[in-house]
Amino acid sequence: MESTYVTLLSLIVFLPTAGALALAFFPREKTDAMKTFSLVVTAVVFLLTVIMALPGQGGGWQFDAAVSEMQKVFSLDWIPSFNIRYFMGLDGISFPLLLLTTFITMLSMGASWPIQKHVKAYCILFLLLETGMLGVFLALDFFLFYVFWEVMLLPMYFLIGVWGGPRREYAAIKFFLYTLLGSVFMLIAILMLYFASDLKLLSDKQLVVANVVSSYVDQAAQAEQIAALRAQPQPIHTFNILALQQLGQHTDAFDTIILGKSLQWWAFLLLLLGFVIKVPSVPLHTWLPDAHVEAPTPISMILAGVLLKMGGYGIIRICYPICPHAGYDLAYFVCLLGVVSMVYGGFAALAQKDFKRLVAYSSVSHMGYVVLGIGVWSAVAGNQFNADAWKMGMNGAMFQMIAHGISSSGMFFMVGVIYDRVHHRNLDQFGGLFAKMPVYSGLAIGIFFAGLGLPGLCGFIGEVFVTLSVWNYSHALAVISASVVIITAAYILWTLQRVYLGPEYRGPHGDHLHPMTIRELAIVAPLLVFAIVFGVYPQAVFHYMTPSVDRTVDDLAAWTRMEATSSPSTADDAQEREASIAQQ
Amino acid sequence: MHRIDPFTDLVNSLVSDTLASTAGFQGELTLCATIVLILLLRISNLTSRIDSFYVMLLGSATALYLAGPWHPVEHPTELFTGLLIYDSFTVYFRTLLFLFAVLFAIFTRISGIPDRDAAPDAYALVLGATLGMCIMASANHLLMIFLGVEMASVPSYALAGLTKGRRKSSEAALKYAVYGAGAAGIMLYGLSLLAGVLGSLHLPTMAVRLADLLQPTNLEQGIGADTHMVLALAGLMVLVGVAFKLSAVPFHFWCPDVFEGASAEINAFLSVASKAAALALLARVAIGFGYIPEPPVPQEHVALFNVAEGDVAATADQGAAGPAAPAHDRAAQIEALAPARDFLWRVLAFTAVITCTFGNLAAYGQTNIKRLLAYSTIAQAGYMIMPVPAAMVLADSDPQAARAAMGAMAFYAGVYLFMNLGAFAVVAFLRNVMHSEEIADYAGLVRRAPIVAVCFSVILVSLIGLPPLAGFAGKLLIFSYLVQAKLWTVLVIAGLNTAISLYYYLRVVKIMTFDPEPENRLPVNLSFIPGTYVVLISLPLFILGIWWNNLNELATAAARHLF
Repeated sequence: MESTYVTLLSLIVFLPTAGALALAFFPREKTDAMKTFSLVVTAVVFLLTVIMALPGQGGGWQFDAAVSEMQKVFSLDWIPSFNIRYFMGLDGISFPLLLLTTFITMLSMGASWPIQKHVKAYCILFLLLETGMLGVFLALDFFLFYVFWEVMLLPMYFLIGVWGGPRREYAAIKFFLYTLLGSVFMLIAILMLYFASDLKLLSDKQLVVANVVSSYVDQAAQAEQIAALRAQPQPIHTFNILALQQLGQHTDAFDTIILGKSLQWWAFLLLLLGFVIKVPSVPLHTWLPDAHVEAPTPISMILAGVLLKMGGYGIIRICYPICPHAGYDLAYFVCLLGVVSMVYGGFAALAQKDFKRLVAYSSVSHMGYVVLGIGVWSAVAGNQFNADAWKMGMNGAMFQMIAHGISSSGMFFMVGVIYDRVHHRNLDQFGGLFAKMPVYSGLAIGIFFAGLGLPGLCGFIGEVFVTLSVWNYSHALAVISASVVIITAAYILWTLQRVYLGPEYRGPHGDHLHPMTIRELAIVAPLLVFAIVFGVYPQAVFHYMTPSVDRTVDDLAAWTRMEATSSPSTADDAQEREASIAQQ
Repeated sequence: MHRIDPFTDLVNSLVSDTLASTAGFQGELTLCATIVLILLLRISNLTSRIDSFYVMLLGSATALYLAGPWHPVEHPTELFTGLLIYDSFTVYFRTLLFLFAVLFAIFTRISGIPDRDAAPDAYALVLGATLGMCIMASANHLLMIFLGVEMASVPSYALAGLTKGRRKSSEAALKYAVYGAGAAGIMLYGLSLLAGVLGSLHLPTMAVRLADLLQPTNLEQGIGADTHMVLALAGLMVLVGVAFKLSAVPFHFWCPDVFEGASAEINAFLSVASKAAALALLARVAIGFGYIPEPPVPQEHVALFNVAEGDVAATADQGAAGPAAPAHDRAAQIEALAPARDFLWRVLAFTAVITCTFGNLAAYGQTNIKRLLAYSTIAQAGYMIMPVPAAMVLADSDPQAARAAMGAMAFYAGVYLFMNLGAFAVVAFLRNVMHSEEIADYAGLVRRAPIVAVCFSVILVSLIGLPPLAGFAGKLLIFSYLVQAKLWTVLVIAGLNTAISLYYYLRVVKIMTFDPEPENRLPVNLSFIPGTYVVLISLPLFILGIWWNNLNELATAAARHLF
């Protein structure tokens, strides 16, 4: 059982690495063979995840959508002296993102055909990047998570820096510095949590839930493992994300006071810093327009389609469940970050002259919905801890991540298609493309409408869910976030008008405006199809994610209830809590 | 039946002690024998027939075999009537030093500096310095501290000027010698002050005396208050000497100039071996004055003359002068040493932070790769000092964590060996083919020498401390003990420094990969052997980056006798 999962998940994560190693032995001049080979590798990985998504009842490879807990879990010894484990698993939060990653990666490998410079190095780095991305979504050990998180940086640095546009070096180092700064703070938070954790504080049941004790063995063996655990004299620190979640929600392990605030308050802030840089939220977003604009088209697709999602994923998986008290205290701050990004990103997009920069700022705006949807902690004493609105918000945020992954990578690809032909992205020099390239323009308008959030397309569902859920939390934020839709509509419609409509194309290289190739069609068509399918039948995504998202929210709502009932005040001040613990 | 006169008694015990001590001193003795052999070959002009490289290789490999960690140390023992201490920490650092000597020999053979004529002199100096470094790592006595530092330094001055006829090289050697002499003088003054106040040269005895002096009752009554300032001053002076060897700010000025002037081979030696020994010495000094370890087990004496057993035991008790105090006394003494630890951790944490930040910032503007790496070693020294203050903070409350913190330092020193040896090997091999050490000349190297460029990038990325490379594991360990010791300021500055260092390390990578090749560069034709050497040195960075458990356990075990 467990060994099947080890094989399956390791295969998904490390198949690209193996492919990269194999590529090293390809002769230098066989560039097409290398691209084809890389495409095949990404396609195989995609197929593996598709097989998992096909309906079926757990057990073997199939992902069981009815289960809200982690599945396909395995945990092997890695670095025993630090209790670091090779620990992976899937649930409804990570699985849709995993599928999105393999899908977008495959498409963007297809979009890499115009790359002519150093093809071998490109393909190797591309595949290494895929390993890092997949690993982030699968890792359940915090150390392993961090390793994958960092492993992505170097390939991405080179992919932007070598194959990017004119200001590529600046963009690449800026991307690297921002992310590294964020991850250094994340590392500090990880270590703080690690040394504050103690597995012995958890109940037997929690130990099984967190997979500290294997759930694949019978009760007697479990009892034996638990007894062995409890017999150890010193505290047992852990990097196990699930165990840290249990510790954060059910014990006082992270409530010690450091510099006037609780440990989890600091940890939450440091982790959030690392994640919102990736999302990115205003004011830490400035790396994104540069990186997106300078990166080659396929890498922009990956950046927008997958990398930004890691920030959101980290907040859902790590920040809130591990540090609920800090999340509760800072909920408004998180929501505000989201709303500010939405508004700022929208207005910034309106002001852009560069087509790609406009799409980049639209990403800032759209990812604001994700942060907002996660942050709406509406399960409070006032409404009897009813978490329905928050569930809606978090589901909306998750949906928005998938939808944005599809629409924004589509938009970047569409910009790339036209850039390949006319070699400029100046919005003022476009116009009249509809007449010259009707198929391209039709598809592009479809994709941009998906980004706009037109009902019936994927962007709509996430935005509407998030906006509705915010109403229960804060009317002011709800009003602002609802009006962002108008800004979005403004910049997208105005862009469509400036680029595709108008009498005729007067910009440079007008004679190069030949129709879309089959390869380009094959990349954009699936994106548009999914944009429509998810817009019309959102259940296709919710089916997989809702059980796990709801469970996460329910756990946090239960924590809020427990917290509110256990101490008379709202327990905002961690110092009071400390005192009350001491009294008990 | 037979009377033993005091003289025979003394000779007896000395001889037996020396004989018993040689077992733990085999590695060093092998080095001595190798040096003598090389010099003999040199005088008898046999070096033309027998290459001294083989003698060096054989000698250092034998030393490694005799002193390696496969000889488990059950208890720490004092060697030579308490002059040296033989514990697992000694063994670990000696292993590093001997391993480095072996790798260094192969490296110099491939790179061709020193050439065959200069080789006997250079190897004798290198081995002599290594001997001094072994003594630094195992010093248990003020005399040995000074002797070790001088034995390590003096040959280094000569090595810095090894490339005869190069002005820069001679300048570097002179600068190094003058700085070194100054630092040694200050250190010696500090040592003599300490000896004068505490009335002993034997570190554990001094610690006990210091604890008596710092007893809370004494402090309250103001007894010995006049000596506190002297002690603090003396402590700072001793740390000056150590900081010079570590190239810690503000005693780092020699480092960039010497590194630029000396050849890359010597830089590798100075930055790896010398630094490892200095770290070990720092640990010895800090723990020596801030903590009282378990008393070492007395030597098993081998009687040369016919002496009754009881008499020998009695002499040993008097002679060893060890702080054979009962356990509760020891706990009280450790507590009494808290002011000393406070002083040490503050000074060291401050030095570490300044060193790290300064090294990283100064590296920005460098155009010469050796100067850049010199500032990089300064910054790295800052990271490697950090576990010592953490251990000082943790020593009283959580000795196990303090031990592990010193283990983190030992781990980083082990990883650092491969990182810096690899980096300087690349620099040396590239110098041989392109006759340049300017970073600008490395432009587009990845297209001419892809394997070496990739390996160099791996080494630089490991120096930044990114996973999955070994440098990350080292940084993670250091950071984790800073967290445990709750040294938040140090931790945050160390974290920021990692981000700062990214820029200049990556700049070299960028130039090698992104930039177009310069037109007037000599063709880069690296042969097979240098390439293989670089690959073999950078491979451990991958392996230790993913499976660092074993080295971590080894390093933690190395520190198990310290606290």
